[in-house]
Amino acid sequence: MRLLAKLPHFDFMGRRRFALIFSGVLLVLSLGALGARGLSLGIDFTGGTLIELGYPESVELAGLRKTLEADGFPGAVVQHFGTTREVLIRIAPREGLSKAELSSRVVRGLEALSGGALDLRRVEFVGPQVGEELTEDGGLAMLIALFGILIYVGLRFEYRFALGAVAALAHDVILTLGLFSILGLDFDLTVLAAVLAVIGYSLNDTIVVYDRVRENFRKLRKGEAVEIVNVSLNQTLARTLTTSLTTLLVLLALFFIGGELIHGFATALIAGVVVGTYSSIYVASTAVLALGISKTDLMPVKKEDGEEVDARP
Amino acid sequence: MLNQYPLWKNLLILGVLLVGAFFALPNVFGEDPAVQVSLSRGAPVEVDLKARLGEILSVAGITAKATEQGESRLLLRFTDTETQLRAADLLREKLGGDYVVALNLAPAMPGWLAQLGPRPMYLGLDLRGGVHFLMEVDMAAAVSQAEARYTGDLRTLMRSEKLRYKSISLQRGSGIKLSFRSAAVRDQARSVAQREYPALLFESQDDGAEFRLRAYLNPTAVEEVRRFALQQNITTLRNRVNELGVAEPVIQQQGQTRIVVQLPGVQDTVRAKEIIGATATLEFRMVDEDHDVQSAQTGRVPPGAKLFRERNGRPILLKKQVMLTGDYITDAASGFEQQTGTPAVFITLDSKGARIFSNRTKNAIGKSMGVVFIENKIETRRVNGKLVRQKRIIAEVINVAVIRDRLGKRFQISGLDSSTEARDLALLLRAGALAAPIEIIEERTIGPSLGQENIDLGFRSVIIGFCLVLAFMALYYRGFGMVANLALAVNLVMIVAVLSMLQATLTLPGIAGIVLTVGMAVDANVLIFERIREELANGNSPQASIHAGYEKAFSTIADANITTLIAAVVLFGFGTGPVKGFAITLSIGILTSMFTALMGTRAVINLVYGGKQARALPL
Repeated sequence: MRLLAKLPHFDFMGRRRFALIFSGVLLVLSLGALGARGLSLGIDFTGGTLIELGYPESVELAGLRKTLEADGFPGAVVQHFGTTREVLIRIAPREGLSKAELSSRVVRGLEALSGGALDLRRVEFVGPQVGEELTEDGGLAMLIALFGILIYVGLRFEYRFALGAVAALAHDVILTLGLFSILGLDFDLTVLAAVLAVIGYSLNDTIVVYDRVRENFRKLRKGEAVEIVNVSLNQTLARTLTTSLTTLLVLLALFFIGGELIHGFATALIAGVVVGTYSSIYVASTAVLALGISKTDLMPVKKEDGEEVDARP
Repeated sequence: MLNQYPLWKNLLILGVLLVGAFFALPNVFGEDPAVQVSLSRGAPVEVDLKARLGEILSVAGITAKATEQGESRLLLRFTDTETQLRAADLLREKLGGDYVVALNLAPAMPGWLAQLGPRPMYLGLDLRGGVHFLMEVDMAAAVSQAEARYTGDLRTLMRSEKLRYKSISLQRGSGIKLSFRSAAVRDQARSVAQREYPALLFESQDDGAEFRLRAYLNPTAVEEVRRFALQQNITTLRNRVNELGVAEPVIQQQGQTRIVVQLPGVQDTVRAKEIIGATATLEFRMVDEDHDVQSAQTGRVPPGAKLFRERNGRPILLKKQVMLTGDYITDAASGFEQQTGTPAVFITLDSKGARIFSNRTKNAIGKSMGVVFIENKIETRRVNGKLVRQKRIIAEVINVAVIRDRLGKRFQISGLDSSTEARDLALLLRAGALAAPIEIIEERTIGPSLGQENIDLGFRSVIIGFCLVLAFMALYYRGFGMVANLALAVNLVMIVAVLSMLQATLTLPGIAGIVLTVGMAVDANVLIFERIREELANGNSPQASIHAGYEKAFSTIADANITTLIAAVVLFGFGTGPVKGFAITLSIGILTSMFTALMGTRAVINLVYGGKQARALPL
């Protein structure tokens, strides 16, 4: 079975202006949303308390809110989580109200209200100092990952490829974050992990394309750079689509049956894989062309005896 | 041309496969819900305990699946969690405080396998349920406490040296301020104090009318104070966790000022937090030797006395009047008595405490004195519809000793059985008197029901994701696809094997990492197979195409995987708990998939298609 006819001949690079506009619009939208609305950061980053409770049967939120208010938590956000038998309570950090014991008070209070038939499913408390650290570390991790990749690709290929790869990665990360901002989805530690995995995945795709571009530059003695990139994209297209498909298959499995805790993670990765597939074709390749790659940049350095220096064993 | 692997390569692959299967095997058998019984002091359990437990359980109609005698614990296995919980509650009630009854998950692998040593994967708290705390020791307060002790000592020193000072006061966060009327006295004070207290640094400051001296701890002393503060808190936490009854608690230093506490399988997490958050104090009281303990136990406690218990549970009657509280203790260290060489604990009091103690013990020589360790717990309850915070106090006598002499600034408790006992007593004294404040700065609690749910959902998504990919590959690449599927299955086994071998913690994001690896691991095979298809389309022979396909795809696969590995390693370096779990499985998955997708599939394809002049490949 094949996804495509023997060897496709799509003129990807011919439409690169259109793709540029398309990406540009999406980037502006994402950055706009991130600037205007920001991310709905989870308590991992903001600090605060999160409590998930399970009741034997459906529970009315109004009653819970009243009790919480009476117990001294007027600002608590109460909502159903998954089913109507599960309740999620969020308490934002406030001056003098950011202690771990707070959740005990909430739970003991609600236990008495429901007569003890209460299942404490999850408590997360993050102190303000920890939240700050996590935010800082998260941002730093993203930068270091990008930088490490920049260096590796720069060493293995050429600096223009490295810049192109990082441009594609930045594109993917911004669009994924933008999606979370526009849809108002919770951004927590697992989503951050997913975004970093997106970096890894998208890069994977980009590298495969670049590898073929390099090979073709060396092999095909004639042809414009645009043409060579086009041929390379067509040659790798079957693989790009197949791998994206298998990855999407497992991600959809995670999305639909992985449970609530892994939902955001799966969402971010699905978005990232789709965007990453697109960007490895359009952003990464377009960037390399725009930076003016030419055949002479990729010709292997000849040794004196004329043997090729090749990384391949 | 033919595609054939040399024998050693095939053997190597087979060898790795067998080792992987061996280490992954324990996971097949799952885990039994179990109850672990041990003595609270860590002593070996007696031989007849097994029979005693069996009796207690059989009266209530509970039968254990198996009972295992360990060196310092007895493990009872049950068929389901419900029986386990009932048994644990029953045993806690019947056995009393000398025993620790803890819930546990025991690997259910057969005996012969357990003998060989492999262990199943270690499940993280989000999968087995439990409490994770990150606690921070308030180091500024610890340093301030130490300086506060020196403040009193400096006053005494100035008085005894007849150096007149205007004031000596503790400035929180900036050391001790001493002020004098003249520069000469100030300088003299400085040299005297420096000689007496080498741990302090001094700084002279002049301001017209006043001649000041600022004293603060030198960096080595600060380091010492911080180290002690952390160590004491870890010791205290160990004691408290013991009381909770947790099978495999983790109490660990993290960084310079933090402590991680992980309590797997704790049911009442709110209570756990209250016990852990307790504060401790110390009291010295005289033993009431005039009255009988036996009659006091029946409820007739004489006036002026109070009934306590020693650590081993023996009742003891102490006087109501408190001789001294732990606030005056400035140091407690274990060591050996010089004359006899027996283990002892050396206690130092500050000058005010020394004065009080010396006055109160001068008429008590030859009598016994007890040290009471008091834990103050705060519990939240709802009473008549209102939330009430109640203080619960647990007092325990940690030592009783006869006063040999009038006790002053420095004294010692001797007659201890072992140096371990001396060390424990010193640590408890420090914990009660000198503990630096500690605060929970992060908590992640997963209830047991959610833990089980996470395992089920995670497991199911791995299986379904795996099956979807298998089906796709079989349809899309036919015979070669089946080879890739075989490699994928082996890859899954290898991931489980490596996780078990390293005893790395498997978390829910970790499972997500495995799922993602399953999706991405076939990428290597996709690359190879697409290359082979291309080569075939170019009119090359099947054997040459297989060879060229693997050859040409290799550097692409290596580059692609190494860059993903960079991202995974960065994640590992920066992530905390859940993110780390993801990074671990992702990294392991990348490495094992390189092996299975490159070498594994090549070996099988060589075996099946490489030996003969195949005309067409099932691709």
